[in-house]
Order: sequence, then C-alpha cells, then structure tokens
Amino acid sequence: MALAIASREVDGVTVLELSGRITLGEGSVQLRDAIRDLIGKGQRNILLDVGEVSYIDSSGLGELVSAYTTARNQGAKLKLLKLTKKVHDLLQLTKLYTVFDIYDDEASAIASFK
Amino acid sequence: MAFAAPSVEAESSLVTGPSRERRSFRLSSTMDSVSEVEEAADQLATEAGLDEDQRFHIGMAVREAAINAVLHGNEYDPARQIDVSLENTGKDLVIVIADQGHGFNPDKVPDPLATENLLRGTGRGIFLIRSLMDEVHFRQLHPGTELTLIKHLAPTAKNT
Repeated sequence: MALAIASREVDGVTVLELSGRITLGEGSVQLRDAIRDLIGKGQRNILLDVGEVSYIDSSGLGELVSAYTTARNQGAKLKLLKLTKKVHDLLQLTKLYTVFDIYDDEASAIASFK
Repeated sequence: MAFAAPSVEAESSLVTGPSRERRSFRLSSTMDSVSEVEEAADQLATEAGLDEDQRFHIGMAVREAAINAVLHGNEYDPARQIDVSLENTGKDLVIVIADQGHGFNPDKVPDPLATENLLRGTGRGIFLIRSLMDEVHFRQLHPGTELTLIKHLAPTAKNT
C-alpha cells in the first residue's frame, strides 16, 4: 500500500497521520511534498503520527531525516508519534532515535510543543 | 507491471534435495523488479520457516540491495539488467544480486552512524544490508557489482 497522509490541527500543532509504506518511489516524495507544503504555509509545529506506517526503507528513513532538518532550518519543530516496532528498531539501528523527539501518546506530544 | 518479459529466465531447479532449491532470474532495471526480488526473498524466508522479524530483515536487506543494483548500479538503464538468485542450502539462505553498472567500492561508503553523517538524507542502504544479514560479500564484476547476502538458518530438524 502506498503512503496515505491525513492532516488535522490540534492546539496549533499539525498532526500528519501517515499510513502505508514510506519507500523509494512509494511514499518518500509524498512525505517530502507534504512537509514542504506545511512549512511553506508557515506551520511551525508538526507531529508525524507513524503508527500506521507498515514499512520504511533507507529512502524513507532519509526522508524522515530530511523532513526533520527542513523543519529545523526553517525554525519549525518536527516530532514523531507512535513508532511501530519495525520503525523503532530501524531508528535505533541507525542511531536516528537520538535525533528525533519521539512520543507514544498524542497528548504528551502536543503538550511538548508549548 | 513492467518486468523485463515474464521474469525472463525464471527457472527453478532442485540441486540436491527439497531444502536446496535454487531460483535464478534476470530482471529489467525498474522499481517493479525491486518489488519482485523483495517478494521472492520473502517467499524464500517464509518457506524456510523464519519468523516475521527475520523475514522483515531479509526482505529489507534484499530490497536495499536490489535498489542499489537498479538505481546506483544500472541507473535505470533499460539496456542493463540485474541477475538474481535465491537459494536455501539447508544451512543458509543465500541471495545473490548482480548489476551491470560501473562498480563501486563498499569500503568507501561513509559511515552513516558518524555524527557528521547522521543527518544526511541518504547513505544508509549498505549499512542496513550489513546490519540485517549475517554475511555480506561484494564482488566486482566487469562490468558490475555482485552482492551475496547470507542469513544463517538455525540448526533445526527442518533444515539439517
């Protein structure tokens, strides 16, 4: 399944709910466009809910990193919510776990932006 | 689906017994081929009785290797193809993927865990392949690169 992205606002934070695969040719470009679009519109608080991401490859990991650095370079914050075991393990393996702010529950994640 | 002909030389042969079936085929340099190789590897791992985590590791390593072959090796060139073989030797799962590109030196790939590389958007594929498989061997062809990925099987009654 390709990547599906749903967006909603919670207390000034844009929550992007991602579901499906983030891989080369399937979801990477969609994610990149979604992040650039949000930042271009001036959104500064972005929470990526990856709880329904079934698969991510090195390209997808790279896209998460790029999303993070793009946000940071524009003075925005990008955090992750609800890692699946697969994504969690890959972030640990690649040491990206140390890069991102990661939350298990949405309320805590939203509160962290204040 | 835009595979190079119906898997071109898709063939299966029993080498010495039911646990040593080896499949080999040649595919075009497309992302559809990457998916086909990934699915074949998952089938191999499933048939070997591996659990979901192990299947995920093998599938991901094989996908990364196939992407390297199609994208970095053959550069999506329709005149170049990738050769793939998958085998359960009874002791190991062995997947070989070869491209027809210019070749590369895996020792010169920057360490993606180094602080200065951690925020790079690319460069994690080879690291993941090495991390997720038990053995990885590179061989330079002329032209091309051949990658052999090996996952050791636990010595159970099923594969001894």
